[in-house]
Amino acid sequence: MTRISRRGLLTTGAAAGVLAASGLPLRAQAKKGGRLRAGLSGANTSDSWDGRTHSDLFMIASANGAVFDALTEVAADGSIKGELAESWEASPDAKVWTFNLRSGVTFHNGKAFGADDVIASLQLHVAEGAKSAAKPIVETITEMKKTGDLQVQFTLAAGNADFPYLMSDYHLLMYPAGQIEEAIARGIGTGLYQVQSFEPGVRMVATRYPDHYKGDEYGHFDEIEYIAINDNTARMNALLTGQVDTINRIDFKTESLLRANPMIRIQEVTGNQQYTFPMLTNVAPFDDVNIRRALKFAINRQEMVDKILLGHGRVGNDTPIGPANQYFFEEMEQTSYDPDKAKFYLKEAGLSSLDIDLSASNAAFEGAVDAAQLYQASAKAAGININVVQEPADGYWSNVWLKKPFCACYWSGRATEDWMFSSAYEEGVPWNDTQWGREDSERFQDLLIEARAELDSSKRREMYHEMQQILNEDGGLVLPMFANYVQAVSNKVANPDVVGNLWQMDNARMAERWWMA
Amino acid sequence: MNPVLKIILQRLALGLLTLFIVSIVIFTAVNMLPGDFAEAILGQGATPEAVDAIRRDLGLDQHPVARYLDWLAGAVQGDLGNSFAQANFASFVGADSGVRVTVAQQIAPRFANTMFLAGVTAAIAVPFAITLGILAALYRNSVFDKAANITTLTSISSPEFFLAYVLILFLAVLNPVLPSLSNIYADMGFGERLQKTLLPALTLTLVVTAHMMRMTRAAIINLLASPYIEMARLKGIKPMRVIVRHALPNALAPIINVIALNLAYLITGVVVVEVVFVYPGIGQLFVDSVKIRDIPVVQACCLIFAAAYILLNLTADILSILSNPRLRHKK
Repeated sequence: MTRISRRGLLTTGAAAGVLAASGLPLRAQAKKGGRLRAGLSGANTSDSWDGRTHSDLFMIASANGAVFDALTEVAADGSIKGELAESWEASPDAKVWTFNLRSGVTFHNGKAFGADDVIASLQLHVAEGAKSAAKPIVETITEMKKTGDLQVQFTLAAGNADFPYLMSDYHLLMYPAGQIEEAIARGIGTGLYQVQSFEPGVRMVATRYPDHYKGDEYGHFDEIEYIAINDNTARMNALLTGQVDTINRIDFKTESLLRANPMIRIQEVTGNQQYTFPMLTNVAPFDDVNIRRALKFAINRQEMVDKILLGHGRVGNDTPIGPANQYFFEEMEQTSYDPDKAKFYLKEAGLSSLDIDLSASNAAFEGAVDAAQLYQASAKAAGININVVQEPADGYWSNVWLKKPFCACYWSGRATEDWMFSSAYEEGVPWNDTQWGREDSERFQDLLIEARAELDSSKRREMYHEMQQILNEDGGLVLPMFANYVQAVSNKVANPDVVGNLWQMDNARMAERWWMA
Repeated sequence: MNPVLKIILQRLALGLLTLFIVSIVIFTAVNMLPGDFAEAILGQGATPEAVDAIRRDLGLDQHPVARYLDWLAGAVQGDLGNSFAQANFASFVGADSGVRVTVAQQIAPRFANTMFLAGVTAAIAVPFAITLGILAALYRNSVFDKAANITTLTSISSPEFFLAYVLILFLAVLNPVLPSLSNIYADMGFGERLQKTLLPALTLTLVVTAHMMRMTRAAIINLLASPYIEMARLKGIKPMRVIVRHALPNALAPIINVIALNLAYLITGVVVVEVVFVYPGIGQLFVDSVKIRDIPVVQACCLIFAAAYILLNLTADILSILSNPRLRHKK
């Protein structure tokens, strides 16, 4: 398989020509009707239709993927397109954004969608005492102005070329203004499917909303049923016995059983989901760049992909920008396992051997403790003694991550470079799990701000490549692997050739994009 | 006062005390677990401000003793409060939007599901186990007796999930007669509901049969050496009639006790089976709630579990008194 990222491919004109000539079978043969039954994990009895609380697949697929819409959406090929917004334009400094909304859109209760709904829905995230995960996104908007019934103007605190991408975030659902409480209680959105029944942590049933603005091209099922199955084995059983048509997140250990079944196919995409080992760069000995470099050469990435992911992933290069990003620096020289180089950098730091603790728990990611032990074994050859500390899974994110100087961690990645960097690599942000700041790299922080407001794509590419290079060489992050999104689908259901890699299950939009075969 | 009534009242009073102690133990235990609701619900995205805000909204910043007394004051008036998840959601929405669900409302459908599963299982397991026990006593030390013993002991000694998977393999995968997914929901017809519940019920039957069957067998065999049985046999009564008419009534007390304990287990101990079959019972709700440290729900579930044990034990005692004329008519 070639290692060409889809995004990279699409940005070059020649490749676009090839794709056009190949006559990609668009949705011509998509069949209407039927009932999609999906067994999904990530469900909780505390689930609700409040987008601010969504964090796992079940609700993301139910809300953003079926019942609700956002202003924009990331298409399967990674490009940005309008959902409730039809078009948008930016001022030259990327500070003022004008969004033109789609006309004739109605909520499932019949209310017409307009500019007021956008403003009220976004304000939910910055309301007094709101605990929205999307607060950092909405906070950057200093002013929201209704410039017409179907036009909203956003003024940002600082220029941001990725603003349309940010508006596709699955938390930023559009609710009917003035009826938000009812909409959250009952699930009233503008999406392709209308809620029929929702039992938190058990199941969600929705039917196709007639005359939807997305037309015939999307939302082919008459009805969808999402069944909460958090247990891996139960999910697989349900698929094997034909009680559901598709399941997310298959267990790699039993993958061969699924492959042996001719009625089932495995869908696999490499996205930005990353398993990492961040070090706090303000804590000794990790404040020494040579120690960080030594640790980067002391890890055997390929072995991790083979043994922890059982081949379902690709090696990382110590930057959080992955194959699902636009400006992923694919050509950057790959850091690989080299005990001699690790020893060299250790010597540069004035040491002949090094003893450090590495905190891990399977709460960070499946197999994190095993991965830490593999790291321990490979680092030993370089004179680095890693002591693996097994932390309790309960409270791992509160007590270990961001607190212990070196630990195992997981990130689902972000759709854009700036989003990722400003979530975890901008000086002073709360989730900066490497404490990466100005004293580490002045240049990086400058580029971060400069690239954010840059509308010229080729200039941005250069800047983001340089930032990835800096992290690769000096950063506090060891990123050994990107884990694939792996799901299984019954042959009774068909999907388009290109499946989204931003999130599991075709970016959680299987109800919108798939159809009965 | 009627002695039976007196026992019932006494035991109910003791039961209340037990519930009180259980509530303290559970409250303390959940509080001792690392992390709390705020940290659990926010997960990786927790920032100190968000954690503080949720703790403030839910009163988690108060002293545990104060929180317990607060809960107790509501509980004795029959108000089990709102779950943290619901209260947190309400504070998100801003005001009371009239959609607030109390713990009792949240548990009720789940509890009904669990009772349905327990009922189906009991309807299969109890007659099956007792019949098997009587037959084993009748043909004791025969091949049938040994086979019954070996089979039931094997099934009780295997972990529940293993039994569940074996049944899934044979009844859902190789011979697709029953669904492996038991996701029952409110507006489902009785027939479909029964069909979906059958596989978990069979699994549980395998788990509880051995205990009841062996107790039936042992209690009957124990009596077979008594002089009155010998008399009956000498009269020329057939062995089956000796056992059913003469031995069984006297053996009822221990059998009823074991049945009661097993029924209590069907309500409180089915978490694993519920997870394997994705059955939306109270066990799953309980595990979910412990995971996010939702103390009001955990407390309510534990009270239900404890009450199930207390009431079923009480019922067993009363029934064994009623089944024994010597205890019924004290001199």
